[in-house]
Amino acid sequence: MLLGPALAVSGVLFAVGVLGVLLRRNAIVIFMCVELMLNAANLAFVAFAQQLGVAGQIFVFFVMAVAAAEAAVGLAIILAVYRHRRTVDLQNINLLKG
Amino acid sequence: MSLDLTTTADLARALSPELTLTAAGMLALLVTAWRHTSARDLRIVGWVTLAGLAAGAAAVWWLWSQGARAAGPPSMIAVDAFRFVTDALFLAAAGLTVLASFDYLEREALLVPEYYVLLLFATLGMMLMAGGEDLMVIFLGLELMSVAVYVLAGFDRRRARSAEAALKYFLLGAFASGFLLYGIALVYGATGTTNLGLIGGQVGTTLKPSAMLLAGLALLIVGFGFKIAAVPFHMWAPDVYDGAPTPVTAFMATGVKAAAFAALFRVMYQAFAAVPAWHDILWWLAVVTMIGGNLFALGQRSLKRMLAYSSVAHAGYLLVAVTAGGVAGTSAFLVYIIAYTLMSLGAFAVLGAKGRAGESDVTIDDLSGLAARRPWLAFALAICMLSLLGFPGTAGFIGKWYVLIAATSTGQNALAAILVLTSVVSAGYYLPVIMAMYMKPEPIEAAHVDVCLDRWGRAAVAVVVVGLLLFGVWPNRLFDLAKAGGDSVHAVGAPTAVPTLTGGLGQHGP
Amino acid sequence: MALPPLTLLWVVPALPLAGFVVNGALALVAPGAKRAVSLVGVGVLVLAFAAAALAVLELAQLHPSAPLVVGYWDWLPVGDLQVAFALQLDQLSAVMILVVTGVGALIHVFSAGYMHDDPGYARYFAYLNLFVFFMLTLVLGASFPVMFVGWEGVGLCSYLLIGFWFTEQINADAGKKAFIVNRIGDFGFLVAMLLIFWYTGSLDFGTVFPKAATTFGAGGPVITAITLFLFLGCTGKSAQIPLYIWLPDAMQGPTPVSALIHAATMVTAGVYLVVRCGALFALSPVGSATVAGVGALTALFAATIALKQWDIKRVLAYSTVSQLGYMFLGVGTGAYAAGIFHLTTHAFFKALLFLGSGSVIHAMHRAYHATHAHEDAQDMRNMGGLARYMPWTATLMWIATLAIAGIPPLAGFFSKDEILGAAFAQGAGRPVWYVFWGMGLAAALLTAFYMTRLMLYTFHGRNRTGDREREQLHEAPPLMTAPLVVLGILTVLGGALNIPPLFGGGARLAHWLAPVTAAALAPTAEASPATEWALVAAAVLVAALGIVGAFRLLKPETLAPARLAPPERGLGRLLWKKWYVDELYDAILVRPVLWLSREVLWKVVDMRLVDGLLVNGTAAASRALGWVGSRLQTGEVGVYVVLFVVGVLAVVGAVVR
Repeated sequence: MLLGPALAVSGVLFAVGVLGVLLRRNAIVIFMCVELMLNAANLAFVAFAQQLGVAGQIFVFFVMAVAAAEAAVGLAIILAVYRHRRTVDLQNINLLKG
Repeated sequence: MSLDLTTTADLARALSPELTLTAAGMLALLVTAWRHTSARDLRIVGWVTLAGLAAGAAAVWWLWSQGARAAGPPSMIAVDAFRFVTDALFLAAAGLTVLASFDYLEREALLVPEYYVLLLFATLGMMLMAGGEDLMVIFLGLELMSVAVYVLAGFDRRRARSAEAALKYFLLGAFASGFLLYGIALVYGATGTTNLGLIGGQVGTTLKPSAMLLAGLALLIVGFGFKIAAVPFHMWAPDVYDGAPTPVTAFMATGVKAAAFAALFRVMYQAFAAVPAWHDILWWLAVVTMIGGNLFALGQRSLKRMLAYSSVAHAGYLLVAVTAGGVAGTSAFLVYIIAYTLMSLGAFAVLGAKGRAGESDVTIDDLSGLAARRPWLAFALAICMLSLLGFPGTAGFIGKWYVLIAATSTGQNALAAILVLTSVVSAGYYLPVIMAMYMKPEPIEAAHVDVCLDRWGRAAVAVVVVGLLLFGVWPNRLFDLAKAGGDSVHAVGAPTAVPTLTGGLGQHGP
Repeated sequence: MALPPLTLLWVVPALPLAGFVVNGALALVAPGAKRAVSLVGVGVLVLAFAAAALAVLELAQLHPSAPLVVGYWDWLPVGDLQVAFALQLDQLSAVMILVVTGVGALIHVFSAGYMHDDPGYARYFAYLNLFVFFMLTLVLGASFPVMFVGWEGVGLCSYLLIGFWFTEQINADAGKKAFIVNRIGDFGFLVAMLLIFWYTGSLDFGTVFPKAATTFGAGGPVITAITLFLFLGCTGKSAQIPLYIWLPDAMQGPTPVSALIHAATMVTAGVYLVVRCGALFALSPVGSATVAGVGALTALFAATIALKQWDIKRVLAYSTVSQLGYMFLGVGTGAYAAGIFHLTTHAFFKALLFLGSGSVIHAMHRAYHATHAHEDAQDMRNMGGLARYMPWTATLMWIATLAIAGIPPLAGFFSKDEILGAAFAQGAGRPVWYVFWGMGLAAALLTAFYMTRLMLYTFHGRNRTGDREREQLHEAPPLMTAPLVVLGILTVLGGALNIPPLFGGGARLAHWLAPVTAAALAPTAEASPATEWALVAAAVLVAALGIVGAFRLLKPETLAPARLAPPERGLGRLLWKKWYVDELYDAILVRPVLWLSREVLWKVVDMRLVDGLLVNGTAAASRALGWVGSRLQTGEVGVYVVLFVVGVLAVVGAVVR
């Protein structure tokens, strides 16, 4: 795997994730876009690890574990909101403002 | 005591506070598995938690009194006074939060003992953040803390506002974590290591930092900027603080913010001391945060949102200390963060006594006449407000004073002037609270009869008030602590050989 | 006698602090224990006065040329240098602590009578004791930060005491106004303090002042900035143009508070600060001229407003502003001793006037209370002829009136004369001082006039209180008149403190203060005896003119009670409305800030910019990308994300560049 192209893909992946968070309104879709950002970072770690040693690859496992934990908690929270509002569309979730 | 962190025994010693807390968390979780229905069960787990925090504090104290120092090659965890001071702060904040929660949880019928377990794990995450000497450890600590606090924010899930707060915090927090992680990846790519000391060595020998390193640094600042609620990354804070149960808000406004600041501080001074670029960024963040936080707070009538914006403003003051740096800046930073933690916790704890069902509807006018009905409570809140305002004789003044002196003595006169000016503005929203309590009659007869704290809540508030006044009049002990802690954070001078990128995007020096 | 000098200096401020703690606890535990409260509240002040007198005697024996500094504990370590929590006693603070504890004790005694029926009795004395503690800290502090503690503390107490009768919204508003205006002044003080630290590396008086001349040089921009910022602090605390607006409103508080805080002590803190920092002001001609000019202008301006007020306390409030202007004219001229002299005599006669007016209001209030009438007990149009019912009060207030007007040989004559003489002498070198002198003289004319007017309308002519109420008018109880008598004696004899050589006196206060003022390098200018006699004659003539003019022009007989009074017209209305300054402030300062906060920041930035521009902008962009979004609102995560990303781009852009 060449470093340059791998990093480019990682950058594009990250940007897609950010744009997705910016543009989408569904909480679950936004959360998936955040996962995309984390995975972009993972890709960068793996790419760097080719030259910098095994540490970068180990980080990826940490990040995956973190992402899994976040997914568990995040989906539960989204569910809790859904119970109240019958929607996960963030446009309609704005009780707290001002 | 010199600890060789490559040996398991010494590593266990160095990590003894964290290990103690982990064990306490597991124990509390076990207790919860059997006892999770009644108010009594809640208390039991609460006391287990307090015991765990006390044990953790004892471990910190033991390490500290032994003068523990790390020896050997750079490791993942720091063993220095900065870590001990901040650990003690987190443990104290968590302990006070537990005390303030007893009554609150029962009153709001939140009979779920996992609350305390989450609090323990969040504290553990904070300690890892402040003690981590490796970006990955800091990231893991931050995530451990965040995941626990996401749940805590939505703990009152029967209320739509609490659930919404959790959702907002979670989505934006995860988003910010993504930036932080990508920043770590870039820094790793640019320097070949995630160890703060080694990064510092790398950066120190490079004449011109590479673009990748700088981009990574910027994303790190963004990630931490979110957690400390610096403008413009603060938008979540008022909503989340507003919706979360008040003891949780207190914990978020103090512990979470302090942990993020501690990590930011360590990363900047240990890894990036040689990169001047971040000073300008933090300078600007400090300015907009001070101005924004204070101005937005002015327009608030809701006490809880006002305190939320006020915590944004205080993040600005703390950023001034971080920007100033030097011996003065580091000690000013620790003094201020300790003072801020105390006064903010106190204010939220008293608010928790006044409000019902989330407190978001408690306006400043609702406190009218509190002094006549509940003089001690009003006195405590007044002291907290005066301290937040930076009134002489309180710890808040001492903190602000040091920040001002630090800024002035490093030539940041503009920052000092803006700090003074914005804290003059802050009188416009802190004083109405005092005025309402002391200078307005009760709106209706017996409006505040049911406003009271149980004995543990009172103990927590009393500790805060005594601390604020004591440190305000006699801050020497506080300052000695801060100085010891501040001196121990420094860039590692000698570069150590680490693998570097040989092709592709690597642009750095030899 | 093995004790080092002034071992017991800490007792002076500690006594009122102890009084605050005890009374504060009583206010919480047993608010009805009035006897205990008065015993503690008044007792600590009397003891503090005794302690202060002992300390001053000790100082007088030593009569050192440098202040005696007593350090207690290291307070604020600053880098390598420590700011100790230290008190210092020198000739200047000696005068101040005697005035504060002495006049303070008298006012505490008066309060015990005046506030006797108030439900918040204990709370009142707690605040009052706390105020005295902070005031003593202010004048005894040996460094800028310690002084700042007192400076802020007296502001807080003043704020609490103005709003003491909080059942009326107007009082709470007045308290808030006082505090906010004072914060503007504090800003000046803090900035000056930081500048001093930045340039001299210290904040102890003992280090900063000797260094000042070599560090700053004379007339440099830095020293000018420092003095101007310091003076901004003074204008806030001492109610000078442009920050005087809070003082007249502060009269909503209990009258003894007006006497103690808003006439005799706290408001003179600014004058004290200028004298204390004389070494700095002496280096800055611009700074000194500003002090003198603002003082003269305030003296004249406030006197014109006082001409047309109907509320007895408001007349005295504007009179205080005006007299403070005199003090600043004096200290700005470099006549530090004259300024402090006037501060002292003013504390005597203004406290007497305020307590006298308090006695009048007390009587009026009780009369109206007895008949359940709802008339204004402070409006002079409801008074008249009170001398018949309150002979003691009337006599004593007449003495004070003659003193403030500057009739010899009362206290006010000597002190005012000395300030005007110094200003005139200064004119020889810098002609602008002739203008200041002229303004001061004009203000003296107005002072004599409005004070006589106050006396005539209050105590003479036909009584306008009301037929049934008239029978209820009585002299105040002895507990209240006794302090008045003491103050009256001080008003008569106070001038003896500092009789100038011109009248064969020894100028004792000036000599006493010489070690302090010598350090200030005051530019001295002397006039010839002939000129001085002419000046004295002019001043006395003007005072007499004012008094006689008032007698000739005013017709108390034709005055109607307040409820029947026609609205004012023309210039009279302008003066009565205080030159519309409050309205002006409201229009150009208060409302714009509120407007900025609510209309601009909240409605425009928050609702329009964030809500409208960002949200709608995002929506437009989203539509362009084929995603149909509806109107978004604040509180909506999307907006937050947009701002977040903008922040990210800014940070990344700035770092990478």
